[in-house]
Order: sequence, then structure tokens, then C-alpha cells
Amino acid sequence: MIDETPLRRAILEEGLKEAGFSNVTLLESAAGLVEQIYRVDPDVILIDLQSPSRDVLEQMFQVSRVVRRPIAMFVEKSDKATTEAAIDAGVSAYIVDGLKKERIRSILEMTISRFRAFDRLRSELEETKTALKERKLIEKAKGILMKSRGLDEEQAYALLRQTAMGQGKRIADVAEGLISTFDLLKK
Amino acid sequence: MPEPSRESSRLPQVHAGFIPLVDCAPLIMAHEQGLDRKFGFSFRLHREVSWANIRDKLDIGAFDCAHMLAPMPIAATLGLGRATEPVIAPMSLSLNGNAITFSRSLYAEMRACDRAAMQTGGMAAARAVAEVVRRRQAAGREPLTLGMVYPFSCHNYDLRYWLASAGIDPDNDVNLAVIPPPLLAECLKAGRVDGFCVGQPWNSVSVAQEHGVIVATKNELWPLSPEKVLGVRETWAAQNAELLANVVRALTLAGQWLDVPDNRRAAAAVLARREYIDVPAEILLMPLTGNLKRGGEEADIADPDAVVFHRHAANFPWRSHAVWIITQMIRWGQAREPFDMLGLADRVYRPDLYRSAVAGLGIRVPEQDLKPEGRHDATTESAAPPGAFFGDGVFDPKGALSYLKGLPIRAASADLDAFAKCNG
Repeated sequence: MIDETPLRRAILEEGLKEAGFSNVTLLESAAGLVEQIYRVDPDVILIDLQSPSRDVLEQMFQVSRVVRRPIAMFVEKSDKATTEAAIDAGVSAYIVDGLKKERIRSILEMTISRFRAFDRLRSELEETKTALKERKLIEKAKGILMKSRGLDEEQAYALLRQTAMGQGKRIADVAEGLISTFDLLKK
Repeated sequence: MPEPSRESSRLPQVHAGFIPLVDCAPLIMAHEQGLDRKFGFSFRLHREVSWANIRDKLDIGAFDCAHMLAPMPIAATLGLGRATEPVIAPMSLSLNGNAITFSRSLYAEMRACDRAAMQTGGMAAARAVAEVVRRRQAAGREPLTLGMVYPFSCHNYDLRYWLASAGIDPDNDVNLAVIPPPLLAECLKAGRVDGFCVGQPWNSVSVAQEHGVIVATKNELWPLSPEKVLGVRETWAAQNAELLANVVRALTLAGQWLDVPDNRRAAAAVLARREYIDVPAEILLMPLTGNLKRGGEEADIADPDAVVFHRHAANFPWRSHAVWIITQMIRWGQAREPFDMLGLADRVYRPDLYRSAVAGLGIRVPEQDLKPEGRHDATTESAAPPGAFFGDGVFDPKGALSYLKGLPIRAASADLDAFAKCNG
């Protein structure tokens, strides 16, 4: 598995192990990729589409003497839907000769679902981060209002909310605008 | 990437993939200058990190078109690699733009072997590297490792051609390795490769870092030679004929704008942005203005044709370019099942689509689909002197098979007799 994202690597390794694939090697980068693959001698290679090493990997189809067993790309036209799903999820698979087709499909399907799960996790994380940042902005803006207009916390929040509604904006945006204006006036 | 404006969101979206290289400029500038909207569509541009991603995303339909290495549509149509859908090239996006860059230490070795060859430069410089290879072999040293970016690329064929011209068998006398462009400079610095052939700006990046020396540019080897094309699925082209014609128009006018010397500084500033090439504008300006520092003892390069986007009929998809690329695929054993070379070139390279798209734009278009490569040709406004084709004189696309037979080195698996049966 070639993936530069540590968290996703961990998620995927866990999934592969649960599915009974115990011998999973994780490679982080392109450095010495061909040599590493030669050493590991894998049955299946999974690679993150964000890795520039894909082109490196594919050269091995051209220069077959580099690897002991022939490698082929997944997969024939009959499995185009799976290939499309994989590319859509951001992963690509290469199959070394000798592995049963059903087995390959189950690996790929598991990989696709884990890649998607990781994407969901990442967007949730982004949302959490944004929410946290916005809460901080609102707290700061409330503080400014409380100090400069002698309001209590509840009144300050109500004022922010009222302004946001009046301007058709989000409270966090109003808070951010207030903070930057306040900073300007201070200087 | 800028969000489309409210007006453009109603226009048909054309998803286009590109690789961060100087020659992705027509796609970027067509969008930034609003040429896409002028012709009734809106580009959605997707930056990719590998040519394999470009191929796959075009293949499955995630992209409608892409910035492609000139050999890629041919490889796709032949079904080489993973491609399942035939791809055509309705226009060329650029000529030239590649260079061969070696490490400072290999460069010094070459100069020590054959200073005269290095001073002549271009094709002659291959003699110096051949001497280095022979001396290394005699001394039992490790063979040289040379990098390129993709098997189906002009970089691969240029480097092989150049080496073979001096008697080096690229499959046996050196190690040829694929290395992603952004990693090449680092690999050269770390000594993992001795040199590479790649598109700009990566040659100039290595020179700027003082680890590399440009030993030959593509324009020195084969002036006005093919490099990037617009690739579209054959079926998409048939189903979206008018939209494709508008894409070709927008990109042609973007190329025309890019070839006005005064515009290249503005282009460099845009291309330098993070969502595009993400390399400092001053480095992008070197290939864009053609003022290339070599980094060695030889005179620096001042070549306005270092990369060409429109002049010299640069957007015309010459079928002779396709035929030459096909000969190299056969020569190096990539295409083994025999087929009709001219027939394949006709199917993939589509000057007919280009001609009809730009008719009425006031653009001069060649009347022929094929030309002898390397010969001065008035229709291309080309200043190329005779014999400017890899130092060999002229490539005649109608005599491709005998040309192939006459080439000194080829892969053991290249079966020219089998091809002779399909190419009468």
C-alpha cells in the first residue's frame, strides 16, 4: 500500500487485516519504490491517486525485468464499474500475476469503502475545526461588545445575532468583521 | 481555482485535467482570460500529479479533455496501459519545451571526455555521454541512471533517440527510470539520478539550484517538434462536436495570446499560483522568454522558440508527428501487435477537426496533413534549416517503415517484419 497520508494508511491496514490479509506492507514515498516493491514482492499494490509515484509504478510494466513477476493493472473491461469507483474514491490497484479475481475484487471493494470512510472522517474533522474557529470568533466579538458598550454576555450575543439576521450573514462572519474593524480602530 | 461566476455557471462545464508544467499554459490562460466563456463554455480545471491519473480520469469520463503528452492519445487508442477508450488529438497545445539536464558531476565527466562535442552541443553532446558510458563500462562502474517522466512521452523518445544516435542502447547501457517531475530536481541533488529529460520548468529549477546543467534543449535536437496535445475521448468528440470546436477555438486563441512576447510575463505571474504550477514566476519566465541559463561553461540560451504555443502552426495536429511517435513506440517495443501506422495516425490526429474549428478566426492553417519533418516549410513559417531533424536530415512520414529499418538501435522485441505486412 503506497499512501502518503498516515491516518488513512492506518485505517486501510486495519481493514485489510480484518479481511484476513495479514501481510500488508505500507510504503510512504517514492524513494526507492521499485527496489522496495522488488523486495516485498507483493500480490497486489494499492496506490493513493494523490501520489506522484503512480507513473513510477507503471514504468514497471514497461521494464518487466525490474520485477520478478509480471504486474498488470486492475482490471478488464468487465470490471469497469469497480475501476471507476476506485478512481472516484482516489485509489488505484495493480495486480501481480497469480491472484484469484474474486479475491482481488474483495480487496479493492474494501479499499474503496475505507477510502470513502477516510474522506468522511476528514470532512467531519474540517467541520469541527471550522466550528471551533467560529466559536472563538464569536467569543471574542462578544467580549468586544461587552467592554465597549457595557452589555452583558447575553445581550452581546443577541446583538450579534440580530445584526447577522438583518444583513443576511452568518454570526461568525459578523463577528469576524467586528473584530477586524475593532483592530483597525485600535491602531 | 476561482469559482465560476453566476453567468458562467449556466454555461456547459468542460472538465479539463492538467499537469503542472509550463505547457499547461493554454488551458490556464484560456480560463483566466475568459476565452472559455467567450466561446460559450466554462473550463473546470483539475491539477493532477501523475500522467496515469490524467489517462484514467479521461478514460472513465471524469475529464472531458486533458493536457496530454503527444504519445498518450496514440497509446490509449492502441489500448496500451489501462486505457479502454480511444482518444483523439484535435489540436496540438505546444511545441518544444523539453530539455536534457545532467548533474554537475556527469557534465564535468562529459567535458573531460569530449570538450569539442560539448561546445557544439545539441546532438553532438550525445557523443560525450557515450564516451562516459564506455569508460564507465570498461572500469566496471555502475551504469548511469537517467530519469524521464512517463513511458509514452516525447521525453522518453527524445532521450532514447539522442543516446542511440551516439551508439548507446538505452535499454541496456544505462538505467532509464521514471521519476515524477517535481521530484527530479531533488533526485539529481541527492545523486539518485545522473540526469533527466523533462519539460520545463523542471530543467531550469535544477539549474537555479546549481545541481544541474542543461546539455541540450529539444529545439536544438529537433526544432519545432511535437510535445503536448489536447486529448479527448473519440466518443465524446463525436457527441459534442460543437462544444469541442469551441474548446479548440478558445485554446487556439489562448496560444496566440501566449505567443505575444509581452504577454508572457503576465502569464508567468498567473501560472506561478499555487493552484496552477506553484513554481516562482521568475523561474517560469526562463523557459517562457527563452532565456535559459545552462548552468555550465557553454553560452546560455536565448531562444524565443524554447516553447511555442501558436506560431509556426503550433496548434496544427500534424499527422507526421503522430507517425514519428508511432515509429518510436515500435522501435522501443511498446507497440508490438502490428497495425497500419498511417491509418492509426489518421484516426488519432485530427487536423480536419482543427481546420473546421478555426475557420473564420483568421488563422493560417496548413493545407497538408503530413509534412517531411526537418525540412524548411513555408506553411509553418518555420526557420528550421534543412537537416534539423535529430541531425539526421529529414523524416519522411510516408516512408516510416524504411526509416525504422534504418535506425541503428532498437528493442529486441521490435518485429519490423510483422509491421511490414500491414504497411505496404
